[in-house]
Amino acid sequence: MALRTEHEIHGRRRSRNVGLGVVLLGFVALVFGLTVVKVQEGGLVEGYDHQPRVSLTPIEPQAPAVARTPVQEVTE
Amino acid sequence: MTDINAYEAAPEGEFRDYVALLKPRVMSLVVFTAFVGLFVAPVDVHPFIAFCSVLFIALGGGASGALNMWYDRDIDAIMNRTQSRPIPSGRVEHSAALGLGLVLSIISVMMLGLVANWFAAGFLAFTIFFYAVVYTVWLKRWTPQNIVIGGAAGAFPPMIGWACATGGISIESLLMFALVFFWTPPHFWALALFMKEDYHNAGVPMLTVTHGRRVARRHIFAYTLVLAPFALWLGLTSVGGPLYMAVAVVLNAAFIRGGWQVLRRNEDAAIADGYLVERRVFKLSLYYLFLHFLALLVQSWMGGW
Repeated sequence: MALRTEHEIHGRRRSRNVGLGVVLLGFVALVFGLTVVKVQEGGLVEGYDHQPRVSLTPIEPQAPAVARTPVQEVTE
Repeated sequence: MTDINAYEAAPEGEFRDYVALLKPRVMSLVVFTAFVGLFVAPVDVHPFIAFCSVLFIALGGGASGALNMWYDRDIDAIMNRTQSRPIPSGRVEHSAALGLGLVLSIISVMMLGLVANWFAAGFLAFTIFFYAVVYTVWLKRWTPQNIVIGGAAGAFPPMIGWACATGGISIESLLMFALVFFWTPPHFWALALFMKEDYHNAGVPMLTVTHGRRVARRHIFAYTLVLAPFALWLGLTSVGGPLYMAVAVVLNAAFIRGGWQVLRRNEDAAIADGYLVERRVFKLSLYYLFLHFLALLVQSWMGGW
């Protein structure tokens, strides 16, 4: 016959376990919600991805045309 | 031969005993003032970010409450008011309270930094340190001015809320700090006047014990006078408005009047009617703070000057 009698201490342990479980699930839900909100608020986020991308290069003021010499173009 | 031994088992508390370590009633004040500080700030915050910010500020406040209960377990066991707390009543081990307090401090500061900004997170860390170390460990048992300086810990939450939205400090948030800061001493000394034996038995240097009740009455009145200009000044800033001003004028007049009545009474009169006026001023002080912040909230919703 299995022991079925439950001591009062088991009730207290269950209260702790269930409580902590609910807190942890709530925390997971919170972090998920935060991720969604932060990504939405961030707009189009682009980072450096090992290759120069036009959308990420800083906009430089247009250099005067005379500054570019043919020699430079060849060396490039 | 077999011996039967009964071991002194470690206490096992329920979940709510651990929640009680976080001082839920103090937390409710933190939640409310932090929320108002965040809401009235001139920067719009996404509602979910605002919710999470207030949650982690409250958690930080709760963590400092657990650290306070861990350190104060010896005097909590003596005072009537605190005897039923989880540690003195034997439901939670004191080391568990220390662990919970430290872990929740770290989690709340890290999460606030990720949710809002690192200035607000640093501010929260400083507040926890201030309450748990500066107030609980250094000042509380050493000087009768303990609650004056310790009151700063309770006054930081609206500033942290403001910092979550704006990332900084400004005159409005400093004045919200001043409002709670100067409100704390008359609030607690009014309580100390009619809870007389408790602090004395525990050896906590309350002003009523070290300098006498006459001095405490004078201090209560003086602080209501100091408090009023700051409360009204707040009404002149960008977060103020006609509604806030009206509320502030009425409440400060009532609080100063209450302080005056406390000052004019002597102990015989107070004992004769069971500290009726002192209890009334204490109750008024609760409404005073709640209504000021509520007025700020409604004023911000209505639009200010």
